[in-house]
Amino acid sequence: MASNKYKEKMSPAKRKSLIRRSIPIYLMALPGLIYLFINNYMPMPGIILAFKNYKAKDGIYGSKWAGFKNFKYLFSTQDAFVITRNTICYNLVFIVVNLVAAVAVAIILSELVGKQKKFYQSVILLPYLLSAVIISYLVFAFLSPENGFVNNSILKPLGKEGISWYQEKKYWPFILVFVNLWKGIGYNCIIYLSTIIGFDRGLYEAASIDGATKWQQITKITLPLLRPTIIMLTMMAVGRIFYSDFGLFYQVPQNSGALYSVTNTIDTYVYRGLLELGDITMSAAAGVYQSLVGFILVLSANLAVRKFDPDSALF
Amino acid sequence: MNKDIASERRFQLLGNIIMIIISACAIIPLVLLLISSFTDNDALIRNGYNFIPEKWSTYAYEYIFTSGNSVVHAYFISIVLTIVGTALGLTITTLLAYALSKKFLPGRGILTFYVVFTMLFNGGLVPTYINYTTVFGLKNTFFALLIPGLLMNAFNIMMMKSYFVTGVPEEIMEAAYIDGATEFQAFFRIALPLAKPIIATIGLFIGIAYWNDWMNGYIYLTKRTDLYSIQNLLNRMIQNIQFLSQNSGNIANANVGLAAIPSVSVRMAMAVVGVLPIIIVYPFIQNNFVKGITLGGVKG
Repeated sequence: MASNKYKEKMSPAKRKSLIRRSIPIYLMALPGLIYLFINNYMPMPGIILAFKNYKAKDGIYGSKWAGFKNFKYLFSTQDAFVITRNTICYNLVFIVVNLVAAVAVAIILSELVGKQKKFYQSVILLPYLLSAVIISYLVFAFLSPENGFVNNSILKPLGKEGISWYQEKKYWPFILVFVNLWKGIGYNCIIYLSTIIGFDRGLYEAASIDGATKWQQITKITLPLLRPTIIMLTMMAVGRIFYSDFGLFYQVPQNSGALYSVTNTIDTYVYRGLLELGDITMSAAAGVYQSLVGFILVLSANLAVRKFDPDSALF
Repeated sequence: MNKDIASERRFQLLGNIIMIIISACAIIPLVLLLISSFTDNDALIRNGYNFIPEKWSTYAYEYIFTSGNSVVHAYFISIVLTIVGTALGLTITTLLAYALSKKFLPGRGILTFYVVFTMLFNGGLVPTYINYTTVFGLKNTFFALLIPGLLMNAFNIMMMKSYFVTGVPEEIMEAAYIDGATEFQAFFRIALPLAKPIIATIGLFIGIAYWNDWMNGYIYLTKRTDLYSIQNLLNRMIQNIQFLSQNSGNIANANVGLAAIPSVSVRMAMAVVGVLPIIIVYPFIQNNFVKGITLGGVKG
């Protein structure tokens, strides 16, 4: 309303100058807007592919409609259950494990005195900057059945038989949770750390004078003050629960078929359907399933965040 | 009071021990990688990857840099890709972010929504792949490494936009307009210099994303392996190894059509070479990187 009124009052000369000022700004925005159009908006209508009998020669729009057949087929397979379970369960475990570790490390770092804490922070952030391919090499150096460190230098001296790590599924939930934690801990603790540093030191001094121990200061001051940040970041993470880190689930287990039942997530399923199995419609159906459920979750998470703290919401 | 000092000392000791353990976990895999790359190949085959090599050797690096193989070439592609991608991506990100920070701009709300919506919903891999391959014919071109996904994202734009809003005061810009500066002059002479910190941070994010990306090459470069970045080459190599170990019965067949498989130490040397630029620049970028994460923080 207010802006309408403002526009009505605007004199023609003023409007003209506004337009003159705006044209260069629009020009500046143009390349970026075009890129988003190509990269993000043009593929969006392509989700109708999931409702079609795709024939490459007819293209997305020329192919015949198939209704919900692709979805019916997808959900009649065991795959739909497995990929949904894996995606959600891994994410839930990641959220909990990463949260506990990140908060603990942030608290320790904030309480340490001395220059070495800067060093710790740098070192633990480093894995975050490595590519999934490099990480898969690092894991391979430890787990390679023939040359790996674990089989040769830990199990052999103990007189134990080497393990074919890339064939045995029972270890992978732990490996993946560990690798994810290893990669993300430096990154995840940064926000908590910067929040803690912002707290009023006076509270801690007062508590200390009243005889509060370090542990009491942490549980009675730091953690309660950190609660809003924890809730917010967790809600954001829950909003992304339908998406997985493709590199982690595809590269680190080296796309090993024997491990699919514990490493296949929606993202890896979509990828394999498209490029390895050539099953484009199934892949598209799984993609749409992810996009729609993901959209609803991100939207709900944001609405929840906005209720909680409007400044932190995306919109 | 004495009890306090004792408890504080205990906390410091315990805290340092915990952090030393976590820090060690963070770098030990990289140390193993580095040592393995300098270990004699036969010793590696006998003892596996090890922290204490039986015999040192620089053979792996000599092999990489002398035997006119694809490593140097892939390295070159990665460097060109990172430079071009960062320059281009940073330019369009900065321009769009600046535009969105202009409060007087008619339609600003709509444009902001246009950007933010891409964070909420996407068509997914399949339509994106079909779009880039059939409409734009990116398959097996250098552009396939450059364009899809990496050039710009809504997250960086929104981060930079809020920096322009808070870090570049409206009054200074207004003063420039009154002095007769055009929009472009005001942008280049006033807004850009003031926004240097965020430009450095976003440039860093984009650069690292390009250097580390392997998916674009993996998806779109099906024939042109000569366009492989170092990440793609590394990826291809580990796949071949995996393929061989799963089909060890017919190694002779497996070798047909696959890149020759370098020895055990060369693999690790290549991974070291792939990660080296990150390690080298890390001490310099680290501060900026942390600042950037704090800035974008909660929204990530």
